[in-house]
Order: sequence, then C-alpha cells, then structure tokens
Amino acid sequence: MSESKKTPTLLKVDKLKVHFELKRESWFSDKPVVHAVDGVSFKINLGQTLGLVGESGCGKTTTGRAILGLVKSTEGTISFEGEKLGLVSPKKMLQLRRRMQIIFQDPYSALNPRQTAGDIVLDPLLVHNIGNSKERQERVDELFSLVGLQKNQQLLYPHQFSGGQRQRICIARALALKPDFIVCDEPVSALDVAIQAQILNLLCKLQEELNLTFLFISHDLAVIQHVCDEIAVMYLGVIVEKASRSELFENPRHPYTRALLSAVLSGSPEIKVDRIRLEGDIPNPINKPTGCRFRTRCSFAKEICGELEPVLEEKSSGHWEACHFQTTNNQ
Amino acid sequence: MTQPNTPNSDQIFSSEEITSEPDVKWQDTFHLFCANRAALLGLTFVCLFILVGIFGPIVIPADPFEMVAMPLMSPNGQTLFGSDYLGRDVFVGIIHGARPTMIIAVTATLVTVLIGITIGAIAGYYGGMVDNVLMRITEFFQVLPPLVFAMVIVAVFSSHIVVVILAIAITTWPTEARLTRAEFLKIKENEYVTASRAIGDRNFRIITKIILPNAMPPLMIAITLRVGITVIYEAALSFLGLTDPDVITWGKMIGQSRDFFFEAWWTVTFPGVAILLVVLCIALIGDGLNDAFNPKLRGR
Amino acid sequence: MDDSLEIKEDAVLQVMNLSVDFDVKGNNVSILSKVNFGLGLGETLGIVGESGCGKSMTALALLRMVPSPPGKISEGEVLLNNVDLMTLSKKEIKNIRGKELSMIFQEPMTSLNPVFTVGNQLVETILEHKDLSRVDALKEAIELLRLVQIPAPEQRIKEYPHQLSGGMRQRIMIAMALVCQPKVLIADEPTTALDVTVQAQIFDLLKEIQAKTKMSIILITHDFGAISEMADRVIVMYAGYKVEEGTLDEIRNSPLHPYTQGLLRSMLVIKPDSSGFKKPLPEIPGSVPDLLNRQPGCPFGPRCSQATIKCRSMPPNFNLGFKRSVKCWLADNGRVE
Ligand SMILES: Nc1ncnc2c1ncn2[C@@H]1O[C@H](COP(=O)(O)OP(=O)(O)OP(=O)(O)O)[C@@H](O)[C@H]1O
Ligand SMILES: Nc1ncnc2c1ncn2[C@@H]1O[C@H](COP(=O)(O)OP(=O)(O)O)[C@@H](O)[C@H]1O
Ligand code: SF4
Ligand code: SF4
Ligand SMILES: [Mg+2]
Ligand SMILES: [Mg+2]
Repeated sequence: MSESKKTPTLLKVDKLKVHFELKRESWFSDKPVVHAVDGVSFKINLGQTLGLVGESGCGKTTTGRAILGLVKSTEGTISFEGEKLGLVSPKKMLQLRRRMQIIFQDPYSALNPRQTAGDIVLDPLLVHNIGNSKERQERVDELFSLVGLQKNQQLLYPHQFSGGQRQRICIARALALKPDFIVCDEPVSALDVAIQAQILNLLCKLQEELNLTFLFISHDLAVIQHVCDEIAVMYLGVIVEKASRSELFENPRHPYTRALLSAVLSGSPEIKVDRIRLEGDIPNPINKPTGCRFRTRCSFAKEICGELEPVLEEKSSGHWEACHFQTTNNQ
Repeated sequence: MTQPNTPNSDQIFSSEEITSEPDVKWQDTFHLFCANRAALLGLTFVCLFILVGIFGPIVIPADPFEMVAMPLMSPNGQTLFGSDYLGRDVFVGIIHGARPTMIIAVTATLVTVLIGITIGAIAGYYGGMVDNVLMRITEFFQVLPPLVFAMVIVAVFSSHIVVVILAIAITTWPTEARLTRAEFLKIKENEYVTASRAIGDRNFRIITKIILPNAMPPLMIAITLRVGITVIYEAALSFLGLTDPDVITWGKMIGQSRDFFFEAWWTVTFPGVAILLVVLCIALIGDGLNDAFNPKLRGR
Repeated sequence: MDDSLEIKEDAVLQVMNLSVDFDVKGNNVSILSKVNFGLGLGETLGIVGESGCGKSMTALALLRMVPSPPGKISEGEVLLNNVDLMTLSKKEIKNIRGKELSMIFQEPMTSLNPVFTVGNQLVETILEHKDLSRVDALKEAIELLRLVQIPAPEQRIKEYPHQLSGGMRQRIMIAMALVCQPKVLIADEPTTALDVTVQAQIFDLLKEIQAKTKMSIILITHDFGAISEMADRVIVMYAGYKVEEGTLDEIRNSPLHPYTQGLLRSMLVIKPDSSGFKKPLPEIPGSVPDLLNRQPGCPFGPRCSQATIKCRSMPPNFNLGFKRSVKCWLADNGRVE
C-alpha cells in the first residue's frame, strides 16, 4: 500500500457541486432544485483506481460526467495534472479533454445503432484528425485486438454483438485517443456474471499495460473490492466515508457503509459487520433531510443529527468519515 | 494428469464454429430494397415518369397550348386522352406537364425539408431558450392555414414558378420541424450521443452524423409523403389559377377543366390519375427505403 | 426407479418435458427443451442462468402466457395439484392465474398502470377474484399493503405509481400477487431493478410471507447472491436446457456441470480479508450460443474446457439421486432421468 502512495496526483476534485433546476410546478412556486452532487472532494493518483459506490440516484454518474464536462458543474474546481479545468485556454482544454474518457453502464444505448463497430472506434480519430486514413485504420485494428475482438467484426453493426462484446467496443472507443484517465460508469452492471469477469479482467489488464487511472463507479461492493485502490461511499450527493480498500472492508465505520455491506447477498457469513437492515428508501434529493442526510434511515441518529450536518473528517490515518458519533466499537 | 492428449473444446467443436457474416453496407441495403416488391414497383413507375418528364417533350414535340382539335372531344385516335375545353390535347398536356410538376414537387420538398429539419434539429438538440424561441416561431407558421397563406404570397408577389415553390415551402415546413425536434429530443438522450460529446465531437457533426441518421426513418416517410403533398398543393394553387401562365402542370390542367368534369370526365381524370400514381409510388419507395436503411432488419 | 416413490405427495407443482418453440422468420427455434422439475409445499426453487437462457420463458410457459404466435408450447405437462394446466380451457387457465399461480415481474413500473392509483388497481384485482363490496375490498387492500410493510397504507393507497419509489412499487406488485393467497408465486427477477439495501428488504419480506402462508416460490434470477439468500433448491439453465439441478448446498459446494462450476468461479464475492485484488478472475470464454443457429452436440461444448469427443453428441440428463441431475457426459453413471 505504501509504495502506491508515491505516484503523483492526476485528478483533484474540490468541493464539486452539481445542481439541476427543474421546471417549476406552478407560476408562483420556486423552481425545484435537485442537489445531485453537493460538495464532493477527492484525489486520484496516477495509475490508481478510486471506487465510487452508493445507491442509485446518489450522484455517482453526475460526478463522473461533471469531471468530463458533460454536465455543467455549479460550483467547485476540477484539476487535471495540477491545471484547473475551466481556467486554461480553450485549446489546452481540448487537449486535456482528449486525455479523459468515459465508459458507460448500458452497452446497448452507448453505441450508435447506425454505425458499424469499426466506424464507432474510428470516430474519435476522425474528430481529432489524427493521422492519415491508413494510420487510422491501423490504429482501429490495433484497438480491436487490444480489447479482444476480431478484425472482421469491424463491419458488423452493434445489434449483431452480445452485451459483453458491445462493452468491448465501448472500451476500444474510449481508448482510441490514448487517454490517461477513464471514468468507468458501472461498466459491468448490465452484464451477466460470466461476462462480467471477462470485462473486469480486460479492464485490469489494460490498466496495467497502459498505466491508466480509473474512477470506477459501481453499486456492487464485490466489484469495487476487486478493482479499487481507494473507495468513496456516496449518499445523497455527498461522500460519507472514504478509505483505502482493505481499511474500508475490514473496518467499515459509517452506519451507511455497514448497512450496504450487510445488505450484500453474497452469502459469505465470515464478513464481520453487525447486520444493519435499512428501513425505507433513499430520500428525494430535492428535499434532502436537514442535518445529516442519512438520519432518516440511521438507527444511531440522535438529536444533533437533525441540526448539524457532519463533515467528512479523518477519523484515523487515511480513513475519512462524516458522522457525529463513533458508532463502531473497532479501535 | 496423464490423459492422453485430450483435445480441447476448440478442436472438438471447431468445424462448426459460429461466425456471423459481416454486413456489407450498401449491397445489403440495396438487396433489402429490391426484395421489397412494392417499393420496386413504385421505383419503376417513378423512373418511368421521370423518363417521360425528360424525353417526353422531345419525342412528342407538339405544343401543349396549341388547339389541335374540337373542344371537349372524348378520347379517340387523334387525341389519345381526348381534348379540353379549348381543344388542346390532354395527352400532350400530361406528357409536357410531367417535367414542371416534378420539378416543383421535388424542389419545394427539398426546401421544405431543409428549413424544417434545420430548425427542428437546432431546437431539439440545444433545447432550453433556443428551443422555446424556435418553437414559438414554428407555432406561428403552423396556425396560419397553409393554402390561404400560400395564395396570399403568390397573389402579392408573382405567380412565377420560383415564388410558387417558395410559397409552398414557407407554409408547410412546421410539420417537418416538429417531427425532427421530437426525434432529436428522444435520440439525444441516448448514451451514444453523450459518448460522442465525450470524445470531443463538435455539435454540428453530432447533429448531422450521429443524430440525424437515427432520426431518418420517420423523416424518410415524411419526406416522401411530402413530395406527394406538394404535388397536391401545386395542383390546388393551379386549380385556383395561381400559377405561372407559361408552364403547364397536371394540377393546372385539372384546375382549368374543373367546370367540365361532368361533360368531359377525361379532362380531369387523366391528370388526376397521373398525380395519384406519382404520389402513391413515391410513398411506396419511402416505405421501402425505411426498411432497407434499418440495420436491424438486415443480416439474419 | 425408486425415486418415483419420492415424488412426494406435497409436490405442489410438477413440470414434465416442458418445451417451447418460436417461429422466427419461418424457422422453428427451440427456446426451451424438455425442462423437468418439481416444486414442494413451502419450498423456494431458484432458477439461474445467463440472459436469454429461457428463464422468463419457463415462467411464461407455466402460466400458458407464451406470446403466440410466434411462440408455442410444443410439448409437456404442468401438473398443479395433479391437474394438467396444458389441457385446461382458456377460461379455466385464466381462473388459475393470479389465484393459485401468481407472478411478479422484473420491471415493476411497466406492470402497473400509470393512470390509476395503486389503491384503485389493488381493489380492482381483489374484486376480480373475490365476491366483496368495494368498501370491504378497500379494507382488504389496506391490510395487504400492511402485510407488505408499506408505512401509512391509508395514505399510500391514494397515490399513483410514479409517486412511489422502485422498492415501494415492487411491494405493491407483491401485494397484488398475494390477493388470492396463491399456492405458487413466480418471481421473475423481482429485485434486479432495485438497490441492494431495498433488495434485502424485499427478500426479507418474501421469506416472512412464505413462513406465514406456506406458499411455494419460484425465484428467477441471474444473481447467485439472491439464490444463496432465498432458495432451497436450484436449477441451472443454459441455452434452453436444464443443465443441473440440486439443493442449494449441492449446487454451491459441489457443482458438477462445467457451466455451473464456471459461473460460481467467475462470481465475485466480498472477501473479508480483501484478498485477490485485481487478480484475473476465472472466466468462461466466449458467449451464449445463437439459438437460431444451434450446433449439434452439447450446447455448452464450444465454451467448455473439459469437452471430449463424446460431447459431440447431446448428453442426456444423468440422474444422481433424489432431485439431483446433471446434463453432462462427465457425470455418466448410466442412470438417465
Ligand atoms: N418473441 C420472441 N421471438 C423470438 N425469440 C424470442 C421471443 N421472446 C423471447 N425469445 C427468445 O427466447 C429465449 C429465452 O428468453 P427469456 O426471456 O426466457 O430469457 P431469460 O433467461 O429470462 O433472460 P433475461 O435474464 O435476459 O431475462 C431468448 O433467446 C430470446 O431471444
Ligand atoms: N439532467 C438532469 N436533470 C435533473 N435531474 C437529474 C439530471 N441528471 C441526474 N439528475 C438527478 O440527480 C441525481 C443523481 O443522479 P445520478 O448521478 O445519475 O445518480 P447515480 O449515478 O448515482 O445513480 C438523481 O436524483 C437524478 O434524478
Ligand atoms: S451523523 Fe447521526 S444520523 Fe448521520 S450517520 Fe452519524 S449517527 Fe447516523
Ligand atoms: S457434455 Fe462435454 S462439453 Fe458438455 S458440459 Fe459436459 S464436458 Fe462440457
Ligand atoms: Mg448511474
Ligand atoms: Mg427474463
């Protein structure tokens, strides 16, 4: 673990907020605002993987897309290699953008049904005008073999591929511009277990070979545990716990993290968390609870939890948590 | 582990390896289109009409405005489709009317579709304020009754063929605009559009190369139908006498002979059938193209 | 055939040689091939397999709801309390659906009508099956919502489906399925669209109801975690075949079919000691076969690492004991099901 700390920081996200304004319900009411991401900060070191885990709607995808500039961030800064995005010249910006890519959750809607697989992978090269047509074709061939597809499959259309193969095409497209950083937004959630293993193996292999840095989004803790160096747990737009991989799974602190762990239906009884069953559902991000966001479902909630929002602070070395109390008896 | 060289699954099952045939894009589209009998029939007829439009006046150089026979003669050996109230040959009129009719229909459709798709695409893709403004403009044009509006334009400016074409286009584009916008709104939610933005694609290229091809199937049908509708619009304007006096079109022939329908059915029926056939055949082609361009129907 | 004695009296549902064919552009495609299984009283049977292996089709065939055309049930018997559902008239089978054999679907939103309140839909379902006044039906609806642990049911009953969360909607679907206290509940991926925390709640709920009512459950899923949590017995399906059957322990601890073994090996579980970081996972190479284009021999053959020459012909179901069978030549002991 200690050696991995030596690599420089590649991406730094500081107090990122993304709010969406919805249509007002009547002429006199205020516009409802979805606080999709509400002050998220983290760093990712070169060649490492940060896992972002949480229930659906907690803002994982929005965080990933805001980093790539695919949704507008309301507040906060994102720095890539120390350069603040948004403050650099447009030309420099375009260069930086090229080095950050994304892989989507649903391999079915992520591919244009009217382009062949070859054209889909070729597109980034065309857009950025890289090389001549022969060099581009060579690069596409290279990418296809890199992700384990046949060269003659370039002429096929997306619907002629299985889910796993489609995800391989998405990966090839994301790699076309030789990025350093990739947001993997639930890349295996839509796939069957057998295919999930194939894609995870591919991603790990590519990370190793190309020295990629990942932001790995998933709701599946087992997948997160398999691939991430560091893990951040999100709840309703904020990070409630952040720790290294082994620390998070061996000493989970936040009540929400422990509830997530005990909800996992892995049937591995050895895992030592006191079983917490959550009541109810995740609240609506338009009317988030006052104070601690988790208090409506937290069995440890006290009066102060309704008044004061806990901040993310380092409770032990490298282990960050946002809770007013010490609710575990570890240490 | 001393199993004598167990063959692995590849060797055992290799002979029947599953390989999917790659689609060859254009060839496949073409085959699919040709497999559609109705579309092929439509195409044949439309080609026939186009040939008539190009070569008809050369083969039959007679002047369609010339009075060659007694007025209102029924079809006979001299005038194949009979003659109209001024004694002009209906058959010659149809042959000479084919070219202007089609030119007006095709150019007016192109202009309509160009305006409609551009405005619809911009409104649908950008959304927000842009969408609001463009949609108000579209609605303004849509509430005007198109025929009356077109009449006013032609009456105010002139009845030159270019004015007629523009008048038809200006009054009818909102349908295409709304359709395009609806398709764009739907398609831009797909992740492949986000993916294109993530690779740094420019908005113009996303609109034209990524979204538009996917919006094409419903548009394709609308466009072909539009060709037919324009033929009818032109006929309606001519019917009201609002056309270029120097060109003869099928609509004009119907318009001028409307009062004689009961005495001389041939003066109205033959141009009418010509219009109907063209409109129908174009619709068949539109349908066939839509199927042929859909990659999901290919292969297998 | 000593086992035949053991097809116990408490078998609620007995499925024999169930086959479904589809007509795809003039070709007859076999989607389900001679599937057999039994379901005991109060038992939970899990059906697992990759997408497209025929899990949902099995469920639809049991209810005689295979879309037809293009599909048809080409063969088989489904005995519910010794009555063959396949021989019933359309009207009789409609009576059985929802009453003795209920189903909940994968996507709760599409199964609820968005323009009616949940109360309305629940009351309609109750009135359809029971001879009650509207007022009594409403009372019963509220009781059912309480049974599926919806807080403040008197309020919730007035709301529309879109006002409820995914978990809440799935509870409503369960409540609807429970109206007539069915003998068998078929749950087709009931939690796939839900979050893990909510998923756990739904499974707890199903188990509780089952303990109360002795209902039998067929749980269809692609998630082995869900199976481990819920099932007593497990059927593994591949390309329309039942390839292995056994108790949860047998399947989990001593799987015999190479496909089951592969599935279990490639499945990720949380490890208490966080070992195995970024280690290559054992994967099953390739992907599921194209059903339109079936090759002769074992359907799993092209992906199987243990294939032999023998596998060029289709293996039968080998019987390895009471309700334990494997469709693989490796298990050849001469006892064919
Ligand atoms: N209307 C149809 N026409 C042709 N084939 C069909 C039709 N409906 C289903 N199939 C085929 O039947 C097979 C089994 O489908 P089924 O829905 O039972 O799969 P499943 O195991 O439930 O998968 P999933 O996990 O994705 O729900 C698939 O190969 C599917 O393509
Ligand atoms: N374009 C948008 N407009 C309004 N609300 C949005 C938009 N995109 C996302 N949201 C909302 O923001 C919240 C976070 O969404 P998302 O980041 O997609 O969650 P996750 O990826 O964790 O499931 C959700 O409540 C979602 O409904
Ligand atoms: S701050 Fe209070 S409500 Fe929030 S997690 Fe901690 S104990 Fe629970
Ligand atoms: S029958 Fe042969 S090919 Fe099929 S699963 Fe068994 S060993 Fe593998
Ligand atoms: Mg998401
Ligand atoms: Mg299914």
